[in-house]
Amino acid sequence: MAGLATAFGSGAMTNSIPEIEDAECILVTGSNTTENHPMIGSRILRAKEKGKKLIVVEPRRIHLAQFADIHARPRLGTDLAWINGLINIIFAEGWEDAEYIAARTEGVERLREKVAEYPPERVEAITGIDREMLHEMARLYATADRAAIVYAMGITQHTGGTDNVLALANLAMVTGNVGKRSAGVNPLRGQNNVQGACDMGGLPNVLTGYQSVTDPAVRKKFEQAWGLRSGLPAKPGLTVVEMANAAAEGAIKGMYVMAENPILSDPDANHTREALENLEFLVVQDIFLTETAQLADVVLPGSSFVERDGTVTSTDRSVQRMRKVIDPPGEARADWEIICEIARRCGGQGFRYASPGDVFAEMARLTPIYGGMSYERLENEWLRWPCRSADDPGTEFMHKDRFSRGKGVFTPVDYREPAEEPDEAYPFMLTTGRIMFHYHTGAQTRRSPSLEREVSENYVELNPQDAHGLGVHPGELIAVASRRGSIQVKAALTPTVPKGVVFIPFHFAESAANALTNRALDPVSKIPEFKVCAVSVARLVTL
Amino acid sequence: MDYRTVLTTCPYCGSGCGMYLPVLNGKLGEPIPAKTHPLSQGRLCIKGWSAHEHVASHDRLTKPLVKTGSGFKETTWDEALDLVVTRLLELRDRHGPDSLAFLVSAKCTNEENYLQQKLARAVFGTNNVDHCARL
Repeated sequence: MAGLATAFGSGAMTNSIPEIEDAECILVTGSNTTENHPMIGSRILRAKEKGKKLIVVEPRRIHLAQFADIHARPRLGTDLAWINGLINIIFAEGWEDAEYIAARTEGVERLREKVAEYPPERVEAITGIDREMLHEMARLYATADRAAIVYAMGITQHTGGTDNVLALANLAMVTGNVGKRSAGVNPLRGQNNVQGACDMGGLPNVLTGYQSVTDPAVRKKFEQAWGLRSGLPAKPGLTVVEMANAAAEGAIKGMYVMAENPILSDPDANHTREALENLEFLVVQDIFLTETAQLADVVLPGSSFVERDGTVTSTDRSVQRMRKVIDPPGEARADWEIICEIARRCGGQGFRYASPGDVFAEMARLTPIYGGMSYERLENEWLRWPCRSADDPGTEFMHKDRFSRGKGVFTPVDYREPAEEPDEAYPFMLTTGRIMFHYHTGAQTRRSPSLEREVSENYVELNPQDAHGLGVHPGELIAVASRRGSIQVKAALTPTVPKGVVFIPFHFAESAANALTNRALDPVSKIPEFKVCAVSVARLVTL
Repeated sequence: MDYRTVLTTCPYCGSGCGMYLPVLNGKLGEPIPAKTHPLSQGRLCIKGWSAHEHVASHDRLTKPLVKTGSGFKETTWDEALDLVVTRLLELRDRHGPDSLAFLVSAKCTNEENYLQQKLARAVFGTNNVDHCARL
């Protein structure tokens, strides 16, 4: 999100989900859309049915690739090179939108100079993408009237992730594809309320609606609204991986974790476990005794998605109601009630609410992009933020006449190698992700009989040629190890992964992919490099 | 017989698909896709169709737990919350607000996330607030 915020002034999907199917060209990269966002994946397939063009840039031969006009398979971690390469071709062929660039953007000259360093032959050498294919990708994308970029964690979960996003924003702006229907730059968010958790100030540097904690006027507004006698903290806090590092060093002593499972979701699981074990006090609020909750000093039973009222914000900024259907089991309580009770017991003022609707109303008063929303309006209207006043119908696609920050800014960015490259000891590249049947750390889906019946154990995707070289048979339990840990996992032989690359889903605690991953961070977004690290693959017994 | 259907949002990925959940005499049934929903248009993926299943899992936590030498024991809300409040305030007073960290959640509602960051910032005085958006 940091990348889009720099380029456009706002970090979220620029366009809405229904618009996707009317894009003349869709560029999907770093997203296994049909498995991880199936209903968005089906929009992309519908676009194909309507005769639109589809470009998939993805090392794995994902389902969507079968339907693509072009499927480019870059080497892992080389995205920036092909994106800059496309922009270079677009300038060379005169396919840029000169009028748009002049009117809506700044910094194009520096971008032009930078991408000139990425001629097709160099891009081919770095990424492995054939130069003619690259040229055809540039033509399809740049000459389409409305072209949409769709991406997910395959772009961001790299040490150069923020730069990748900036590069995609450059590509979209060069071709005038931001601020119009069925175009834009569209990050797909992976959890039902990850967009909302960010919007609500669940981040170390901002209060609600991305209002900076370093801005004294912002802090004053919240201090007054919340009736605080002392000031709000002005220094940005730590991100999740930094928290684990600080806990390991002893700087963080106590943690309150609500419905998160960092043991499985964070990189380098052994390190995360040591960090949490080093805490003096850990309280976990969840619906299951997750791997993280097992380390807690106190576990508070929260409620599931059908046991409390509230709202969530989808990846396309739509704000929707969650509604209470049944009571929580036993003595479990709604999470909002638990937080308020803790706050009141700590002497906190302003934590008496009759219902989540009251909480929403307070939040909306303090949050300009949600300012026009209320539970009453959400009953009858479809609202996407920004929605600033009671008569604002919300925003289907953003940056229509101007960017949130005024002019869109081009940021020249350079390709850097991933933090860890394969070597003699660890000759394979590992990438991780999700599969159709499970979700994140599996706390919910692995307790769902229908889903567990589909896939009940972990596997590693291994190219058949690599398997042959290693003497690995289909279904054989093998060892995958990195500098940080090792797991035993069943081999699934498939040409989905290129030679030299293995893929492991991260849902499975018993052979956790994140025991292997690298906690090297993107310097700006602090996103860990889940999508590439070096591993070894070996048979357990050699016969 | 008490039968209702309640419109809500799928708990899994960020696509925001709409579903009705039926309740028969207090018992949760299988999701029914919301036909007129602008995002999902009457369809769900296999995770959506199974979204009700984990709710009734025997593994659900039903009482607060505190750690003992050998595992966990059940306790009352009063004791559990007392312990949480005492220990967190103690750590803040002894080591400062930034010795505490709070994880909000991409699986919780906007209201819960708003309250959790308000708790961290307004009550404990720290910006150490984050969640799994990066993961």
